Amino acid sequence: MGILDSKVPSGPLADKWTNHKNHIELVNPANKRNIDVIVVGTGLAGGSAAATLAELGYNVKTFCYQDSPRRAHSIAAQGGINAAKNYQGDGDSVYRLFYDTVKGGDYRSREANVYRLAEVSTNIIDQCVAQGVPFAREYGGLLDNRSFGGVLVSRTFYAKGQTGQQLLLGAYAAMNRQIQRGKIQSHTRHEMLDLVLVDGKARGIIARNLVTGEIERHSAHAVVLATGGYGNLFFLSTYCMGANVMAAWKAHKKGAFFANPCFTQIHPTCIPVSGDHQSKLTLMSESLRNDGRIWVPKRLEDAKAIREGKLKPTQLKEEDRDYYLERRYPAFGNLVPRDVASRAAKERCDAGYGVNKTGEAVYLDFDAAIMRYGREKALTSGMKDADDKTVRKLGEEIVEAKYGNLFQMYEKIVDQNPYKTPMMIYPAVHYTMGGLWVDYNLQTTIPGCYAAGECNFSDHGANRLGASALMQGLADGYFVLPYTIGDYLSNDIRTGKIPTDSPEFDQAETHVRERLEKLMSGKGEHSVDYYHKKLGKIMWNKCGMSRNAKELQEAIDEIAELRADFWENVRVPGTADSKNQELEKAGRVADFLELGELFAKDALTRNESCGGHFREEYQTPEGEALRDDENFTFVSAWEYKGEPKDAVLHKEELVYENIEVKTRSYK
Amino acid sequence: MKLHLKIWRQKDANSKGQMVDYPLNGVEEDMSFLEMLDVLNEQLISKGEEPIEFDHDCREGICGTCSLMINGRAHGPDTRITVCQLHMRSFNDGDEIVIEPWRAKAFPVIKDLIVDRTAFDRIQQAGGYISVNTSGNPVDANAIPIEKDVADQAFNAATCIGCGACVAACKNASAMLFTSAKVSQFALLPQGQVEATERVQNMVRQMDLEGFGNCTNTGACEVECPKGISLENIARMNREYLNAAVKA
Repeated sequence: MGILDSKVPSGPLADKWTNHKNHIELVNPANKRNIDVIVVGTGLAGGSAAATLAELGYNVKTFCYQDSPRRAHSIAAQGGINAAKNYQGDGDSVYRLFYDTVKGGDYRSREANVYRLAEVSTNIIDQCVAQGVPFAREYGGLLDNRSFGGVLVSRTFYAKGQTGQQLLLGAYAAMNRQIQRGKIQSHTRHEMLDLVLVDGKARGIIARNLVTGEIERHSAHAVVLATGGYGNLFFLSTYCMGANVMAAWKAHKKGAFFANPCFTQIHPTCIPVSGDHQSKLTLMSESLRNDGRIWVPKRLEDAKAIREGKLKPTQLKEEDRDYYLERRYPAFGNLVPRDVASRAAKERCDAGYGVNKTGEAVYLDFDAAIMRYGREKALTSGMKDADDKTVRKLGEEIVEAKYGNLFQMYEKIVDQNPYKTPMMIYPAVHYTMGGLWVDYNLQTTIPGCYAAGECNFSDHGANRLGASALMQGLADGYFVLPYTIGDYLSNDIRTGKIPTDSPEFDQAETHVRERLEKLMSGKGEHSVDYYHKKLGKIMWNKCGMSRNAKELQEAIDEIAELRADFWENVRVPGTADSKNQELEKAGRVADFLELGELFAKDALTRNESCGGHFREEYQTPEGEALRDDENFTFVSAWEYKGEPKDAVLHKEELVYENIEVKTRSYK
Repeated sequence: MKLHLKIWRQKDANSKGQMVDYPLNGVEEDMSFLEMLDVLNEQLISKGEEPIEFDHDCREGICGTCSLMINGRAHGPDTRITVCQLHMRSFNDGDEIVIEPWRAKAFPVIKDLIVDRTAFDRIQQAGGYISVNTSGNPVDANAIPIEKDVADQAFNAATCIGCGACVAACKNASAMLFTSAKVSQFALLPQGQVEATERVQNMVRQMDLEGFGNCTNTGACEVECPKGISLENIARMNREYLNAAVKA
């Protein structure tokens, strides 16, 4: 198991990062000018890494499939970003953020990485404010915070329900400054189709210009992948339509191990599925659980009447409602972590208490919060005897100020007014904790190939806490990768430009062209979406919120079959040498059809329940997840060996020296 | 419901385009507008025809990728939303719906309904940033208190999604609302003061170079902006520009 060296520095936990930075090699400013770095993906992790690397003096080339870096899906993150600033004086600290993250991840993440994440979290807020990111503020002019699931402090910084947007535009602005200086060459509407290795090192990529269809060669001394997660494997998810695993999967096929593919986050508060035509699901921020109460009817007959439209939720008396999260988890209530909240919703709906036509929805109710805020506002405005109507009006104004854009979004999609009737929500695929295996330096098992942000596996274990994705993306991009990559690049100061006319580039390009031709030459029975939807159904039904050995094995067989059918019968119209959105989709779905099988295999191998991975065979009598620390305290890192079924498992044992491993309880 | 669609088809930037009729049955009220186009595309593919290409990504109104003129209105008949948030319940059975790309000289058509908006990126590159390096040791985030109202105004300006509806809606194809939103965000914040003069001059210069038209205060941009970016931002940019000219 020699290859899986996590390279975690020795010494006390709190000093590891500082010591490491003090001892790694640096590249002098004059030499940085002779070194090229490719960054694929320009969301929070890629954008911030590209900008910082360019500031340091490297020549950076960025690639994104969107028409502008500003459109990466980080932009859709709503609720906020965590940082251990302790501005609220509620006992927060670097250690507590570290502890919450490891516990939230169900003790399946790497201690040293998580501690570093918590440590640099405070720098992120300082950096973003210096860039002009307009975070929410209190009347005194200082930054405001709110609470998120799985924690007992308020450490989440936010900008209404658009925190991801504001942070991404900050990173985009930092990139723009470097583009203007000529230090970043930005390639938009480009997709990476393969990674090029020379002498075993990542030395470039093959990319397709999505406007002209041209196949291009780009070389560099190192390649950074920051291409996000692979949740679109499920077809329906909160991801953007273009999100894909292509870059990470190509790297995997060239030797990068893929870690914990089955660790997927199913977010509890999304707008439920309405019909077969649906193309994506919309998230309602976790911040809503600060004020919304989740419930279903207590009696089956009431649930049935609601589904049939004979009863309205607002007509149901308080004592006839089951606030099941508050009932099951009194300590954390509606703010339990996402995996716990999602499973609890599924449990109630499976038992017949679902509240929409499909029976797959629960209520998220703001009535209590509206009245509570309204009464407070009435009192502070000197209205001691305000009637209910006035109180409600005042309360609605406050809720609107907090969540206005989310309520508007809900109303536009569902055509119901959430101020007047409770929202309906149901869990949906939202994030993938798994990803490319990286060491402490964020390097994959391919020398010179790095992975940052959601694309890697490193920090969230088996379940990510809310407002931690933005934190990790920016921590990796601004504060970790630009330094650790220097250690590697210090060996390249005499290498000179990497030529693109080498046999390695020839071979990679030939391979890419053959694959495109093969995609174009399917016999034409079904569209790409047909296969994507079928794959999504298999994944959701058999590899979703709860899994068992029998169905996972079925999934493996069905996906392999579907993949063979795809290559035989997919229909891709148009040509490969022009703009062709169907061809783009086909390439992405082809990768998902391989990853899906590895995902199921990984889930089948992990005979325990932890975080987002719930195996029905492993649960307590009360239905809580049952972890097996003795046998499964490790990272599963898969090595590619041809077909997904042949993938070989490598284990990185996880060692907890600074934290006591306990049963995760939110009761 | 049954719809009569008239859609702009254009092979590439160098080809001539034309409107093409597509009747479509079985459209449901709960579908989003883009899901309706997905259904049409599935039918075209099954007939062996090339599907209609249109830009879209997040499908939740925040990435700013989708960009359609629907019956002559940017992002369609509903207000304060993008096309991807528009649902078919806004239409009636038997409606004729005309779908075109953004129309502006600075946004050339790439294919069908897709236009090239890189001019917007170049305007941002000209000065839409605060020149601060990543160091890990700037001042503490709470060292500069900022009045809540001012911070909120800066935030409102910063919510621009760069979709280009303002340009498409404007009879002059002016990019003043887009450019002024970024100028305003930084003009309002203390962090943005240091480079204020250069910023407004450079961004306006780039805006003019890209071939966007002039602003004649018709206000169509504000009406069609899915994020409700206010015309006040244009006024603020004009003030900033004038100040810069006086200083220079």
